[in-house]
Amino acid sequence: MSTGLVVVQILNGLQFGVLLFLIAAGLTLVFGVMDFINLAHGVQYMLGAYLAVAFYALTGNFLVALVLALAAALVFGLLLEFLIFRHLYDRDHLEQVIATFGIIIFLNQAVKTVWGAAPLTLPIPEFFSGSIVLMPGLLYPVWRLVIIGSGLAIGLLLYILVGHTRVGMLVRAGATNARMVSALGVDIHRLFMIVFGFGTMLAAFAGAMIAPILSVEPGMGDSVLILAFVVIVIGGIGSMRGAFLAALLIGLVDTLGRSFAIDILRLVMPPSPARTVGPAIASMLIYVLMALVLYFRPSGLFPARGRG
Amino acid sequence: MNRGLTASNTVSLPQDDRVGGLPAAIFLLLALVPFAAGFGPESYVLGLFTRVMVFAIAALALDFICGYGGLVSFGHAAFVGIGAYAVGILGAHGITDMLVSLPSALLASAIFAYLTGNVCLRTRSVYFIMITLAFGQMAYFIAGSLAPYGGDDGLTIRLRSTLFGFAILQNDRSFYYFVLLALLAAYLLFRAIVYSRFGRVFRGARENPTRMSTLGFDVFRFQRVGYVIAGAVGGLSGFLLANATQFVSPAFMSWQRSGELIIMILLGGLGTLHGAIIGAAAYLLIEEALGGITEQWKLIFGPLLVLIVLFARGGLLGLADKIRGRLGRA
Amino acid sequence: MPDPVLQLDDLHKNFGGLVVTDGVTLDIGAGELHAVIGPNGAGKTTLINQISGLLAPTAGTIRFDGVDVTALPVDKRAQLGLARSFQITSVLPRFSALENVALAVQARGQTSYRFFGRADRERTVNDTASAALGEVGLTDRGQTLAAHLSHGEKRALELAIAIAMQPKLLLLDEPMAGTGHEESARLVDVLKRLKGRFSMLLVEHDMAAVFALADRISVLTYGRILASGQPDAVRADPKVVAAYLGEEME
Repeated sequence: MSTGLVVVQILNGLQFGVLLFLIAAGLTLVFGVMDFINLAHGVQYMLGAYLAVAFYALTGNFLVALVLALAAALVFGLLLEFLIFRHLYDRDHLEQVIATFGIIIFLNQAVKTVWGAAPLTLPIPEFFSGSIVLMPGLLYPVWRLVIIGSGLAIGLLLYILVGHTRVGMLVRAGATNARMVSALGVDIHRLFMIVFGFGTMLAAFAGAMIAPILSVEPGMGDSVLILAFVVIVIGGIGSMRGAFLAALLIGLVDTLGRSFAIDILRLVMPPSPARTVGPAIASMLIYVLMALVLYFRPSGLFPARGRG
Repeated sequence: MNRGLTASNTVSLPQDDRVGGLPAAIFLLLALVPFAAGFGPESYVLGLFTRVMVFAIAALALDFICGYGGLVSFGHAAFVGIGAYAVGILGAHGITDMLVSLPSALLASAIFAYLTGNVCLRTRSVYFIMITLAFGQMAYFIAGSLAPYGGDDGLTIRLRSTLFGFAILQNDRSFYYFVLLALLAAYLLFRAIVYSRFGRVFRGARENPTRMSTLGFDVFRFQRVGYVIAGAVGGLSGFLLANATQFVSPAFMSWQRSGELIIMILLGGLGTLHGAIIGAAAYLLIEEALGGITEQWKLIFGPLLVLIVLFARGGLLGLADKIRGRLGRA
Repeated sequence: MPDPVLQLDDLHKNFGGLVVTDGVTLDIGAGELHAVIGPNGAGKTTLINQISGLLAPTAGTIRFDGVDVTALPVDKRAQLGLARSFQITSVLPRFSALENVALAVQARGQTSYRFFGRADRERTVNDTASAALGEVGLTDRGQTLAAHLSHGEKRALELAIAIAMQPKLLLLDEPMAGTGHEESARLVDVLKRLKGRFSMLLVEHDMAAVFALADRISVLTYGRILASGQPDAVRADPKVVAAYLGEEME
């Protein structure tokens, strides 16, 4: 277990965390402001990836493909909002879960129909391909650093937007008490659409950025979605700050856990059981973390609605 | 959150607890399937309806906590999977007697329900859905990391459970009736509980938990007991599933499976118990039928779910009521 | 001298920077009907929520029948004999009126961890529940779904539920709220009949009802008790007249 390996895994953990933040941010806002459980958020992440691949095939330029993918994902997301989600805001959470589950089923199959079931790839933009030397003998892929950087930049942007603009204030107020905001005369539907659209773009952005590294395949949004749920549960529903911190925490715990579980266990038990138990414990880690946080703080670390 | 989702929008419980016409008819039909199956591809039909009943048992348990208790669990499949793995793991060590594997399945699921319930049930309904989802995933990943028991690929089970060394379940027909008996038992159990003192508190906790605690009920404990019971019955379903397929895999616990269970209870009619059986049958039979026609059946099924949620609240039983109402008026 | 049924000792409640309960000391004796009045925003509901256990005080103690219940959860306090009605009607809408009350009876009796046997057919429970419904004039409405009751009937149902608990102390949070003259008068009659059976803490705006029923009155303004004592003394207290009663009595 060399320092270099630890550094690499920490960076990987940050990158994963940043990715989770991008997805969780939209999810927690939509949930906080509209009280709407959107399981289909994961497929928006997946769509971002597929659209990036498709537009890249058309244009040959990653940046252009990214922009087009975001635009298309936004349009698609707003379409979903208009046609379906809008009618679900007043419904029971159970119904929201089923309806958005239906959308996942549909889109996972649709994507398979259009692009086939085989995983697709996207080349890393040339400018950012390759690795840089972090420490003597330690190379790290530039693109992963780009992801970390852009995620942090977006985090900063959101912090400014949500914390220091009028729209942001409305969003925060809406997350605390949507009915009150509406009663104050704010066009709550317009606010919903802005929140929703923004969240969709964040998820699509995450999908497009990760596409060069991961394989793009049907169902890729599903496992990430559940992690995003863990993030917002730990962070507190409706809270950007909570989502950010929880996402980084989970990214680090999960990555470091998986990399070093066996090694850490070897300190207290012989190698063979360590190798068996290690992976099992590594997979449990973030859920145990979630359970612990919830035991002491049932509404998460920074709940938007307060702990009154 | 009680925005009127159940098949019966008005009363928490129908006054009449006689196992009415419809449930009795369902069980009668199920009992006759093996005879009718003889006219067609017998083992296929038997296998299909066995699976329907196995999932119906899990769906009953879910309807109890969700339809009656208001606890929307998105991780119910975990109990099924745990029960199944109990059979698989014991089988891998040469233990097939159901007097060991069945209680083990029930106990394992019940313990998981107790431990996770301790966390989930302290939270609001909103968080509850997500946390149960997360715990379901946890079970899924743990199962997948059990290398000695097949890991991601799963584990085959050579023999179905035995009783005192007798392979009484190996025959598909006898297994079918065994499952039918289990389904009947589960149904009657939940039916009794729902009308009992415990059931009344459990249902009341769904309507107004604050009010219930000001009456002196420790809502958390009541809900935990209900949750554990549902978990154990889920484990029963898993025990039967492992025997039916003679195979266990982490996929049994995936969140998609949990989602399917929710679909089943919604499809049949939430909060009716026999609706869960109808829903399980409807879902699995539709899946078989559509899957046979086109590979792209999910393209139809997905939007169908959305339409059901938007327009057919109360599921099939609700629709039946509406139709009956219209016909009555005509 | 026996312990007072309820003893609040320097109770404080802050929500962040907002002070809602500012050092409330109060006691209620056995069989006493103690009214708490005060302008809106004085912190009356917050006070009731702390006594019943829905809110934890920031400081101070609450003793119920001599027992320190400050840290005790809601249900345990109810088991000790503390009942409450809610300002915003809080019944079980999809249960019948009778079953709403029957649940309260069930809570007092034998264990509810019984999984077999029909709860709604228990003769003794139903009889006790019917009796409670009778006391508030809802005998004929037993089979009606609580959701279908009129507002006034729901308020009466809340009272019946509380009565069925056979409490030592009943917290009444604005029971007359939103009721018309006739229903108010009926509720006052019921409360008069219940007087002495158990202690009551009545939070109300309806001054006629308060003066008809109260043994003692405490006036709550800005989270503190401005005055406390016999109704006539309170009514005449110049501080109270200036702060609150002056406008109300007009």
